Amino acid sequence: MNIIKALFQSTIGKKYVMAVTGLLLFGYVILHLLGNLQIYMGPNAINGYGALLHSRPALLWLARVILLAIFLTHVGTAIALTLENWAARPIAYTIGPSPYTTYASRTMFISGVILFCYIVYHVLHLTVGVVQPGIMDFKDQLGRPSIYRMLVAAFSNPWIALSYMVAMGFLYFHLSHGISSFFQSLGLKNRAYSGLILGFALGAALVIFLGFLSIPLTVLTGLVK
Amino acid sequence: MNLKLRIWRQKNADTPGHFVEHDAPNVTPDMSFLELLDTVNEELTLQGKEPIAFDSDCREGICGMCSLVINGIPHGHIKGTTVCQLHLRHFQDGQTITVEPWRARPFPVIKDLIVDRGAFDRIIQAGGYISVSTGQAIEGNALPIPKDTAELAMDAAACIGCGACVAVCKNASAALFVAAKVSHLALLPQGQRERERRVWHMVKAMDAAGFGSCSNTSACEAVCPKSISVEFIGRMNREYMKSLIKAQFKNT
Repeated sequence: MNIIKALFQSTIGKKYVMAVTGLLLFGYVILHLLGNLQIYMGPNAINGYGALLHSRPALLWLARVILLAIFLTHVGTAIALTLENWAARPIAYTIGPSPYTTYASRTMFISGVILFCYIVYHVLHLTVGVVQPGIMDFKDQLGRPSIYRMLVAAFSNPWIALSYMVAMGFLYFHLSHGISSFFQSLGLKNRAYSGLILGFALGAALVIFLGFLSIPLTVLTGLVK
Repeated sequence: MNLKLRIWRQKNADTPGHFVEHDAPNVTPDMSFLELLDTVNEELTLQGKEPIAFDSDCREGICGMCSLVINGIPHGHIKGTTVCQLHLRHFQDGQTITVEPWRARPFPVIKDLIVDRGAFDRIIQAGGYISVSTGQAIEGNALPIPKDTAELAMDAAACIGCGACVAVCKNASAALFVAAKVSHLALLPQGQRERERRVWHMVKAMDAAGFGSCSNTSACEAVCPKSISVEFIGRMNREYMKSLIKAQFKNT
């Protein structure tokens, strides 16, 4: 029984892959949120954080490559599973879907595709810098790239702020099912903990949603400028 | 009461099916859904038409033969019941009811509302059994099983293999069925000998049959006539991982 074959060939193995990569991406989202929230500590804090991340280019690129590998494994496995799932029901029911399920659980693939597209746009916007080319060149008094001014300039555009907020809504949907699904897929859920796990999933997804949402809202309302 | 039925008619697996409307006048609220179909079939036979083919056997909710999707829900909208135990008092006079077969690639239609559930048999053949010595069964008290364990195993063993879990699942996944069988046997001392091989082979047979994967939507638990909990799917996932890890440390 080859473990790699088992992981990528059986349905349960693929769900393990989804769960573990999903957890790692969830961890990354939390780190990203903590990074972003430093905007409330002023330009010096967030610009310093940005400079810290860029101080060791080799480490930064290593982290980027690992993150990309995790992300692509999650996406690739999701596509493989979804194609199998579609093939398992060639003729659809005339009445559906089942009323006993949550909207988020039924639409994981759709929310995933939307998030994938948004993440590509997001990286092009704020990492590669092709959407608003000027904002990548802002510098603070110490000569560091000014992430603070970059975020304010980006979210001052209501369309960019709105699309960001909508994307965070889909992230909430995706995480609200994904976090509890992680425990079930890895067999870590039982009767005693299922209520706690569900509460944790919804709570964590909501905290992440509100955390990300606060930044464009405070920029748009002029609280952060 | 009078009912209108929209029923899936299909000659065989190779012919595409379609809906046909049948009237069911003067039926009583105390009839079961299968008795309703019997009444319609009597009328069709008298008219010299082909009766509606559907599965049934015990008609007391324990055999797992009846398998109809009624208004989009396997076994109808009443929870914890099979079609044979679903009565017409749960429907309104004059209502139109849509009846479809289980729809899944591993369950091809044989005729009308009858599907071939042989895929479930192949999963059971792959590992849903225990090894026992021939001869007399051992004395019951010689094999102590804690009460809680016996109850939990019984909750899983309540599965009648009807396939409603597959029918309702958006992925046509057989996870709840396989999980119930794996859990039932893994919980009891009699099932220990094949414990690791069982989950491995049953999941392999499940995948080979073409069932989808589990998206943890829990629709299966909601329509299961025996209300089997999705926590058994968590248990199966745990068993599968244990089996996978243990196999890495064996010489074979």
